[in-house]
Amino acid sequence: MSTPSPQETAESQAPAALGREVTAGLGRDDVAHLARLARLALTDEELDHFAGQLSAVLDAVAEVGKADVEDVPPMTHAVPLTNVTREDVVTPSLPRDVVLAEAPAAEDDRFRVPQILGEEE
Amino acid sequence: MSTPMDTDLTTLDAAELGRRLAAGETSSVELTQAYLDRIAAQDDVLGAYLHVDAEAALARAAEVDVARAEGEELGSLAGLPVALKDVFVTQGVPTTSGSKILEGWRPPYDATVAARLKAAGTVLLGKTNMDEFAMGSSTENSAYRPTRNPWDPDRIPGGSSGGSSTAVAGGLAPWALGTDTGGSIRQPAAMTGLVGHKPTYGGVSRYGLIAFSSSLDQAGPMARTVLDAAVLHEAIGGHDRCDSTSIDAPAPVLTKAVREGARGELAGLRVGVVRELGGDGHAEGYDAGVLERVRETVELLAGMGAEVREVSCPAFDLALPAYYLIAPSEASSNLARFEGMRFGLRVGDDGSRSLEEVMSLTREQGFGPEVKRRIVLGTYALSAGYYDAYYGQAQKVRTLITRDFTAAFDDVDVLVSPTSPTVAWPIGARVDDPLAMYAADLCTLPASLAGLPAISVPCGLSEGLPVGFQVMAPALADDRCYRVAAAVEAALDAARGSRFLDQLTDRTEAPA
Repeated sequence: MSTPSPQETAESQAPAALGREVTAGLGRDDVAHLARLARLALTDEELDHFAGQLSAVLDAVAEVGKADVEDVPPMTHAVPLTNVTREDVVTPSLPRDVVLAEAPAAEDDRFRVPQILGEEE
Repeated sequence: MSTPMDTDLTTLDAAELGRRLAAGETSSVELTQAYLDRIAAQDDVLGAYLHVDAEAALARAAEVDVARAEGEELGSLAGLPVALKDVFVTQGVPTTSGSKILEGWRPPYDATVAARLKAAGTVLLGKTNMDEFAMGSSTENSAYRPTRNPWDPDRIPGGSSGGSSTAVAGGLAPWALGTDTGGSIRQPAAMTGLVGHKPTYGGVSRYGLIAFSSSLDQAGPMARTVLDAAVLHEAIGGHDRCDSTSIDAPAPVLTKAVREGARGELAGLRVGVVRELGGDGHAEGYDAGVLERVRETVELLAGMGAEVREVSCPAFDLALPAYYLIAPSEASSNLARFEGMRFGLRVGDDGSRSLEEVMSLTREQGFGPEVKRRIVLGTYALSAGYYDAYYGQAQKVRTLITRDFTAAFDDVDVLVSPTSPTVAWPIGARVDDPLAMYAADLCTLPASLAGLPAISVPCGLSEGLPVGFQVMAPALADDRCYRVAAAVEAALDAARGSRFLDQLTDRTEAPA
């Protein structure tokens, strides 16, 4: 297994490139991109630090690629349950003031949040 | 087997404390005060608790004492103090999950297990320290402070339920609840000389348990004895309509198995020793002392009539990589709820920043390094183009691991192994090496991935530190874990002439 450079990793988006023999490697830019997707503002120091650490972790977890899993179904859960339902009955939920008391900001009986849409939108 | 001079209530197990309460030999207030005194004296050093409310605990204890004095019918747990890992939400009581992002948050409701313990009349001493969002094996990832091991304060207490393990082992609580996603009850129990059980997935409600990896998280007991663990498990277990993955089966009956096991009734029990967990060709990274204690314990079981054989579970070799794809993937999704809008921390909301900027800043300042690493890793493993190779492949490996268990349980009744490859390591030794930290969970991960019950029971010392013996059983056969653990405990206690944790009491009370 060879470890591609960060640039190669970032560019190789075709699923076809990812067979059994998965190769791993996360560069600084990859980590920054993933952090953005996860709404996580990382510092420069963290980006440098995590890129190395996560590449090592990714190399280790890529070991799963060694397993022969032909015709093996994925296991999502330990308990085989589907469609757990209950009667559709209205029951009281938490009082609004109790919930809003723990909000970082509340206004007019609602959560107050920063502006979502730009002025022009 | 009580010690002759057992005036110190905090060295007793919960069963004995319950007996004394029922007999009127002590009161809940006296008992609660004894633990609060010990917390006041020791916890500055040990760091087991994130929150203690002495006033509330004493008020609650007084209520129970009054009810008892008035002749009210009380359950067997009434008046007994308990500690809860800070991952369980508790109404009006600060709950952080070990994270700054929830600092100061007072949940508006109780987790089902907290509610059940409250209804049983227990007294909440406080909330125990943990690795942030239960991500870690040493409790060093707590955003607040590390927890120290009472056996050696320079060493880790295991994790992520390290606050609970130190609290119980150190006499700062008679028993406690932890949660186990990949070993977070069993491994800290092993590191501190406790009994810790991870129930069958779905056996204990997850309602009100701050989610880390939903397909793996399970709550369970941590206690000084196998009997105490079984009693606590019975109190919290059973179906809960608020948790859709809760198994709709009768509440578990476990204390009977403990009593049978303690009598050494193991004739005909088939025990499988898992080769891949410390056996021939798989012993790299394991302490020789740990393997020796485990080997002796297996011989002990054979001496009690168990039929012992070696069992091979080849897919267990891939449990660690599979776990470290599945758990971070689920975590990256679960932790999306911490965005600073509805509860907890919000950073940078000064009118100039957009919603997304505020979310990103909040999460940057609210989460610690290990949480961030796992969010990034999970986001990667779930992203388009990589999903099949990582998350999807890990889920298939999970199937292979479960098949290995199924095949093994065709031939044996329980599987055994070390709980962790090593004894407790020095604080700081693995902090900057995630892979070394993850290796601590090597033996506990397979049962987690398959959703099976598994217990850790102390089986001796290595380098003067506790070693845990793990017993795994088929789904819903938690009683087998308790039965075998009780047999081990009883035989070792008899050989030693004292209980396991008395060794710690003797050591800490010996003149320097």
